[in-house]
Amino acid sequence: MSERENILGRIREALQTKAPLPGSHTAGGATTHPVSESPAAQAREWLPLVGATAEEQLALFAKNAADLKADFQPLASRAHLKPALLRLRDAENWQRIASHQGELSSLAANALGLPVLWTDTGYDVQAMEQCDVGITECDALIAQTGGVAVTSRSAGGRALSVLPPHHIVIARRDQLVADLPAAFALLQQKYTPDFPSMISFITGPSRTGDIERILVLGAHGPKKLTIFCV
Amino acid sequence: MSSFVSQFKAAASVKTADLRHRQVIRTALRSYEVVRDKRKAAFQSWESARQAAAETKWEAVNHLDTHLEALTAKLEARGTKVHWASNAAQAREIITQILRDKKARSIIKSKAMTSEEIHLNDALEAAGFTVVESDLGEFIVQLRHEPPYHIVFPSMHLTRGEIKDLFQKELGDAPSDSPEDLTMVARRVMRQKYLTADVGFTGANFAIAETGMISITENEGNARLTAALPKTMVTLLGIEKVLPKFADLALFLPMLATAGAGQPMTCYNTMYSGPRQPGEVDGPEEWHVVLLDNRRTELLADPEQRDALHCIRCGACLNVCPIFRNVGGHTYGTTYSGPVGSVITPHLRGLQDWKHLSNASSLCGACTEACPVKIDLHHHLLHNRRNASTNEPAFFERLSYQAFGLLANEPGLWWLAKKIGWLTQPLQKLVKGSALDPAKAWTKTRDLPPLPQETFKDWWKNRK
Repeated sequence: MSERENILGRIREALQTKAPLPGSHTAGGATTHPVSESPAAQAREWLPLVGATAEEQLALFAKNAADLKADFQPLASRAHLKPALLRLRDAENWQRIASHQGELSSLAANALGLPVLWTDTGYDVQAMEQCDVGITECDALIAQTGGVAVTSRSAGGRALSVLPPHHIVIARRDQLVADLPAAFALLQQKYTPDFPSMISFITGPSRTGDIERILVLGAHGPKKLTIFCV
Repeated sequence: MSSFVSQFKAAASVKTADLRHRQVIRTALRSYEVVRDKRKAAFQSWESARQAAAETKWEAVNHLDTHLEALTAKLEARGTKVHWASNAAQAREIITQILRDKKARSIIKSKAMTSEEIHLNDALEAAGFTVVESDLGEFIVQLRHEPPYHIVFPSMHLTRGEIKDLFQKELGDAPSDSPEDLTMVARRVMRQKYLTADVGFTGANFAIAETGMISITENEGNARLTAALPKTMVTLLGIEKVLPKFADLALFLPMLATAGAGQPMTCYNTMYSGPRQPGEVDGPEEWHVVLLDNRRTELLADPEQRDALHCIRCGACLNVCPIFRNVGGHTYGTTYSGPVGSVITPHLRGLQDWKHLSNASSLCGACTEACPVKIDLHHHLLHNRRNASTNEPAFFERLSYQAFGLLANEPGLWWLAKKIGWLTQPLQKLVKGSALDPAKAWTKTRDLPPLPQETFKDWWKNRK
């Protein structure tokens, strides 16, 4: 018999005895209602509150992103993207950038007048490591957390959003969703049954608190995260 | 006394008297408490979220066979190789064989408590592989050749000065003792390791049955890089990590972050559903997922404590535990320390050898209250005490309780015992805390309250 069958056999044997429902052996008394098929389905009612209007959600996203030390720049139009990027380029003295082909990411990468490492047809990892910036698109901005959701398909692969020291996300305003349940629903609807091999919720620039619990940005991933919303 | 209990007692008495250790741990946890409470308060209902999380985990664990079958079918359908390991030796063998087949030499690792559980690093190094921990805290304790102090904060027992000295000695690079500078040293060292490692190794926080995914939670980006750059990826996870649905993560990810570190969300929460797929530009060519039992099915077979398998390893129960905060993480001598470690270790490593952990508790219940998935931790410590004494009653304990029963049932004897106690207690002062003292276990670090000459009964009888 294979180990798979051994383990599944032990599980089935163990599960012949039923376990009490959660909460039934602590002070609050027995849980009488049956466990629903998906208890987390109502998560929206318990997670942090998000306003109903687009304006409220944008304001919440901006506040949360600021708390995370991400730089969030809502732009009035696509025309404002180029000057905003050029300001960053000059301030940080970028020499090389990496990006992927996409309506917004190409627009941004081509606006900079710098050599671009495109990831779309494969790329050299050492070359990407030398880049100052990785520019990607995303799947969603999440007001509730101030984070972005990217995938290996929407953001130029697995490494582009995490290897260069500055990650720039170019998002459309209609990509802003209210909360985590909405983001998961969107991803599931968009990609089922053929999910990208990586989906990542990025909530602020890379960080660590492993030395005396003191926050340091840029532990292994990007030290800076800039989110443009057009 | 087993060697485990004597080691525990020796280490605990050293650590509890170590005021510097106490100060470091207090400082480390003070800000945690503040931000955790703030994040919990931001939930519309943390309590309802806990109940739903507990019920979701109940569903997952109580139908574990069907969820695991769904998970593995989905994973395999997209080219992932799934392996099953009944015990630690099998898991080590499977992983070593994968590395040999790939002719690998260097392995970059992101944090995985399951790998601590099976002592993977020792096995891989003995087999001639180079293993580097990429999580900063894990990297620090690896340089010190010691196990992680805490399941979430591996190096929380160290000060910046100690880490600076360590980096200077081991890496020859420590510009200052500022956390920023030290973190950048680790970043520089690790960058080249990512680019050249043959295999990336990860743990997992959740697995999703519905969509066939492994979810990894981290702050640093080290797991993201580990899963992006090397040609081969290996993931080791306990069989209890499975959740039924993709959408369950919308609840579990913020709860894990809040309970674990007082964050609204951990920086990177990443779901992997396969190796590099057709049309994708990077990612590993091969992905091996190793499912580990290692006596989890024995815990599963105990319906009373089955909910201990709900654990999402957030570390919240460690952070609030008065015992953990005084004896420290290394004293336990276990992979999983703190209350949850004291509950599960007797199941994973043998009840009689590890029953003492159940007594290292004030039964205050802070752990149960902190647990985001409502594991009944402090009652399980009692269950372990009961099971240990039922299976193997302690002779002297039974004898002393019988003697106490005899005294307490006989008013004359009880009166006599009190009088003898009152008469002989001046003698106890002479030997207090020494080997001759019959109450040594108590008086070594505490005073014994004096027995009064007049008992309550005497006073009641004589009152006017």
